[in-house]
Amino acid sequence: MVSAALLLIGLLATGGAYAAFTTSATAETGDSAAKLIDEGQALFQANCASCHGLAAEGTENAPTLIGVGAAAVDFQVGTGRMPAAASGPQALEKPPQFTDEQVAALATYVASLAPGPAIPDERYLDGKGDLTAGAELFRINCAMCHNVAGAGGALTEGKFAPPLGNVSGKHAYEAMLTGPQNMPVFNDFNITPDDKRAIITYIKFLQENPSPGGLDLGNLGPVSEGLFVWIFALGAIVGITVWLTAKSN
Amino acid sequence: MSQQDGADPGTAVERVESEVPSTGIAVVDESDRLENPGFPPFRPRISDVDPEKDRQNSRRVSWLFLASIVGSVFAIVAYIVFPIELGNLGSVRLNTLFLGLGITLGLLGIGFGAVHWSKTLMDGHDLVESRHPTRGSDATRARAAEIFTLGNEESGFTRRKMIRNTLIGALVVSPLPAVVIFRDLAPAADPVPLLKHTLWAEGVRLTRDPSGVPIRASDVTLGSVFHVIPEGLNESEDRLEEKAKAAVLLVRLRPGDLNVSPGREDWNFRGIVAYSKICTHVGCPVALYEQQTHHLLCPCHQSQFDMTNQAKVIFGPAKRPLPQLPITVDDEGYLIARSDFLEPVGPSFWERSL
Repeated sequence: MVSAALLLIGLLATGGAYAAFTTSATAETGDSAAKLIDEGQALFQANCASCHGLAAEGTENAPTLIGVGAAAVDFQVGTGRMPAAASGPQALEKPPQFTDEQVAALATYVASLAPGPAIPDERYLDGKGDLTAGAELFRINCAMCHNVAGAGGALTEGKFAPPLGNVSGKHAYEAMLTGPQNMPVFNDFNITPDDKRAIITYIKFLQENPSPGGLDLGNLGPVSEGLFVWIFALGAIVGITVWLTAKSN
Repeated sequence: MSQQDGADPGTAVERVESEVPSTGIAVVDESDRLENPGFPPFRPRISDVDPEKDRQNSRRVSWLFLASIVGSVFAIVAYIVFPIELGNLGSVRLNTLFLGLGITLGLLGIGFGAVHWSKTLMDGHDLVESRHPTRGSDATRARAAEIFTLGNEESGFTRRKMIRNTLIGALVVSPLPAVVIFRDLAPAADPVPLLKHTLWAEGVRLTRDPSGVPIRASDVTLGSVFHVIPEGLNESEDRLEEKAKAAVLLVRLRPGDLNVSPGREDWNFRGIVAYSKICTHVGCPVALYEQQTHHLLCPCHQSQFDMTNQAKVIFGPAKRPLPQLPITVDDEGYLIARSDFLEPVGPSFWERSL
């Protein structure tokens, strides 16, 4: 048990050091950063503290945000998932409640509490990575929940993996890095930043290219396609059969 | 079943007298017998009585055939005008869409036109066409027997016994090469050991799918999930077959969250657990991991496994927990297997001992 605890401490230390190293690139020094932190703190206490605690220490209703980093805040608040409208199986995406500047202030404040994953660098989000490798990584790591065409899918007890048709490269990267809600974390040891860039390239490819087969029916596979065939194709066959065998007036 | 209204039945039609089946010793009340009502009386169609409607229907049929011509020509034009451009999926979509619509119109126009023609303009009387008897006439049968006899005499098939027997022998042996060839479609070796063992063995490193890069224990942070293949799988001869058996899901839980049964204490490494990714129901890859609930969901039939309780089935049709791969770390901190799986992975098979 002692060794486990030591290992955990070691892991936290290395993870923290790593994160601190990656955040230091974006962290600003001086008055403007301090001002942003204050602004973020005010926003946090007005909008988030009732669930996450006044010092982001977490309550029985919501987890602590110490150490989740700017990336988690940018994803959760930037996609409108937080502040949550109601408690439920999972927080739903909705129009963001804050401006980009307010999101940035909140992210800076939460990142100032403890080191955590930073907002990703633009060069990983341009969608110009290795498309083929990205598609393979997507099939191995993402497609089981998000569907091979990024159409999303159901999980247990009302939870679901959202469709990726509208996700931005930045939010996709942050989701992989922070594992929002029930999505697992894909840290940089597992999927390197370049691999994440490739995956984002594939997501953008899916978003930009139409379905070559025409109507994609939601890309949900046999359920929607089967329903379509049962109703419309069989309906047409029944109709034609009735017409064939009916006597003419 | 008489021909009402005197339509000419043609040569192929004859009256059918249904035979009355024997009732045995039962008493039949003749008043129960239902007379064959025959066809309903002939009702002239609107094109039979109104020449204007006749012309109208005639024009409709022609329009349908013309539509068919237009559709077929359109298909050719669309194929040329909307070519498939390399790397442009939108062009594939346009090409197949217009080509399909054109060919559909071309074929449906002919079909609908022909049916409309026959329904509205061709003779509308009901007819009975009985089947021809299948038995040949006596003369035909006698002639056939004669030909056989003559053939036998001329070839000496029954007289020259050696030729006949060697021919039969040749016919019997000729399919044997096919039997030998198709026999090789079956697994060359007994498939049961193949089902019971995977590429995992003591000391085999856990590597990332698909790159084959080994995984350090320190890489596996809480909440993350790794899709794992055994080291050397990418170089193995039957890569896909081996992967289908050896695929593993790796997650890290807080050691306190794990419920470990006696005998499995050293199968996890400080909360890192590895389970077979092949569902014990019918073998789908189970990989929908929820990091908060630690539930693992199979997308095919919604079996759920609880990662904190040794992948116990908590919902769905799967009958057994997912087999656990015993793991530890080597000197360099990389995760390695302690052994192969201790039970066969995947769905049940006949020879699997429960």
